[in-house]
Amino acid sequence: LNASVTALGDRHQDAHADRGVLRFLTCGSVDDGKSTLIGRLLYDTRSLLADTLAQIEALSRRRGHPGTDYSLVTDGLEAERAQGITIDVAHRYFSTARRKFIVADAPGHEQYTRNMVTAASAADLAVLLVDARHGPVEQTRRHATLAALLGIEQIVLAVNKMDLVGWSSSRFAGIAAAFSAWAGTGAPAAARVTAVPVCAVDGGNLATRSPHSPWYDGPTLLEALESARTSAEVAEASPLRLPVQWVCRPQADSPRLHAGRIEAGVLRVGDEVTVLPAGVAARIARISVAARPRESARAGDPVMVALDPAVDVVRGDLIVPNDPRLHPPLRERRLAMTLCWLSDTPFAPAREYLLRHGASETRARVTEVTAALDVHTLRWSEGTLPPVGRNAIVRAIVDAQQAVRADRYASSRATGGVLLVDGGTGDTLAAGLLA
Amino acid sequence: VSAPATQAPTRHLDWLESEAIHVLREVAGQCRRPALLFSGGKDSAVVLELALKAFRPGPLPFPLLHIDTGHNFPEVLAFRDGRVAEIGERLVVRHVEDSIRTGRVVLDAPGGSRNRAQSVTLLDAIAEFRFDALVGGARRDEEKARAKERVFSVRDAWSQWDPRRQRPELWSLYNARVPENWHVRVFPLSNWTELDVWRYIARERIRVPELYLAHRREVIRRDGALVAVTPLTPPAPGDTVEYLSVRFRTVGDILCTAPVESDADTLERVVAETAAATLSERGASRLDDRVSEVAMELRKREGYF
Repeated sequence: LNASVTALGDRHQDAHADRGVLRFLTCGSVDDGKSTLIGRLLYDTRSLLADTLAQIEALSRRRGHPGTDYSLVTDGLEAERAQGITIDVAHRYFSTARRKFIVADAPGHEQYTRNMVTAASAADLAVLLVDARHGPVEQTRRHATLAALLGIEQIVLAVNKMDLVGWSSSRFAGIAAAFSAWAGTGAPAAARVTAVPVCAVDGGNLATRSPHSPWYDGPTLLEALESARTSAEVAEASPLRLPVQWVCRPQADSPRLHAGRIEAGVLRVGDEVTVLPAGVAARIARISVAARPRESARAGDPVMVALDPAVDVVRGDLIVPNDPRLHPPLRERRLAMTLCWLSDTPFAPAREYLLRHGASETRARVTEVTAALDVHTLRWSEGTLPPVGRNAIVRAIVDAQQAVRADRYASSRATGGVLLVDGGTGDTLAAGLLA
Repeated sequence: VSAPATQAPTRHLDWLESEAIHVLREVAGQCRRPALLFSGGKDSAVVLELALKAFRPGPLPFPLLHIDTGHNFPEVLAFRDGRVAEIGERLVVRHVEDSIRTGRVVLDAPGGSRNRAQSVTLLDAIAEFRFDALVGGARRDEEKARAKERVFSVRDAWSQWDPRRQRPELWSLYNARVPENWHVRVFPLSNWTELDVWRYIARERIRVPELYLAHRREVIRRDGALVAVTPLTPPAPGDTVEYLSVRFRTVGDILCTAPVESDADTLERVVAETAAATLSERGASRLDDRVSEVAMELRKREGYF
């Protein structure tokens, strides 16, 4: 985390530009008002329809709530309603004229590290909620650490319940400074932090400026979200990574076409490429994106390419630039990674697992666990380590049957992550971030 | 300050299209016997279109499957068959009627909706063809219980959906590996909203049954909703039959699919109307979801989509 609190993204961008999709996650402690904030954002962007609104208004009245309880919007499954807390990742959608937003609502309860890791893996940005009365708490730092670990480079610190501290500018500045001071010392990756004073209950500084904070001239929460960068935009500047998902054979004798999504970089007709792991060279003869012929394609595009010559390619192969300096740095069978254990089935040293990377799969064993992250102290400890079970985050060495051609997670989120899968049940056991 | 989306941004449609194509190709790459559910409804028409974009000029790597409730609008079945003939792919149809005849299905009420009964017929079709993946057009925005649904959703041998047994999905590394006799349900449109679907249909000029566009037909008002007059839903004594301009937002079982009043007779007008809509799709036109707030979740557990 970068210590400076700055405005997010480029504020000078055309206000009407079509900015595609932004995925973000929200995290906070149980009482920070996270559900209310999401509900209110949906309401303010007119994403709540009349029947849904009528339902939550009725439920609010029944529960004796003085106004509309917007937290009811995100209230989910039957079992959770009974428990009164969110226990899993839920997805919500809203749009503005500039962007579609996908919100992953990660739970605040501390034993659900796994849900936060899951939600963070695909997010471009994290909104961290803090209660203006309390400032950043242990859990805020934990969430920031996990967000950074999963490679989220943009954080919005939403200082909520500003009404309960009289919209005090000094209180807000103190919280922003405290978070930055901590972020500058303790966290594992660089992120840009934007602090926004908000009041989720009345929508202050969410979609519209609060009349109570004339002293604040930064972006509203929605402005910060609209101008944030996406991971695909970031990945476009990296060397080409095209994992082959599917080989298309139009007719028995016609040339094969190779289908996949460009995970990083750009691709043009005529480009010289190498197909890994075989290492054979070819030229891009044709490109189509979603069945439309194109001269070029970029990160995020689902392509089908014809190669010249028509070299042998199978699912799981990786197409990269024909320049060894631009190949993935990893080509090892022995992989160092940070493992986030997600399953209720604990890690068993004797067991063999399946390691999934892109469209490829190989057998693997975890041969060493070298350190464990204590999510309370946020310190890595070595030496004698506790058993690795659900919610554990450890550093490990994994031996794979076949060399994995991959990037380090810190340099490429799209091609630096792996899964450990149970070959019997098929369950996803752990997520690995390649070191 | 942002206004709701009134202009028509399109970049997010490219994003959604890309994600869906990626998902469909993972199904083809990971599963041995997948099938794509195709009813002729608009969501399945979009999924089919995305499958064509994912795999053409090659053949689709899966057959199409329709569980026919026997309560379909004839226009929708005609559309289904026409589309299948055009693209030259294989369609498998299994009938709830057959499940009733063999005693596999006993309806709560003889004339009642068959939306729930189709779960049994679907289960039988899965066993018959040993499908290990079923691709469907369900979206997370349709109902609260779906908001937590995965893109690849694991079902056991009874097709049961257990929210606690669902796998975490990280990055876009989907995991379709399941034990023998289990399967995955795959939802490429998970992140789409109804408005996204209509904008995409309009942009790509995807054909859908004409019922989705405004047309005049005989309807009855019942419990605040409209009911189309059909041979299955004749007017009861005392009903007032009106002749109104309506369109359907969903086209499921005739008995529980209600049209809405509308003048939107082109795709662009449907998009505009959807953007301005004040009632959610299921609230407006799925009578079966009104039974209980948790109706969908209960049906999901029974193996409904």
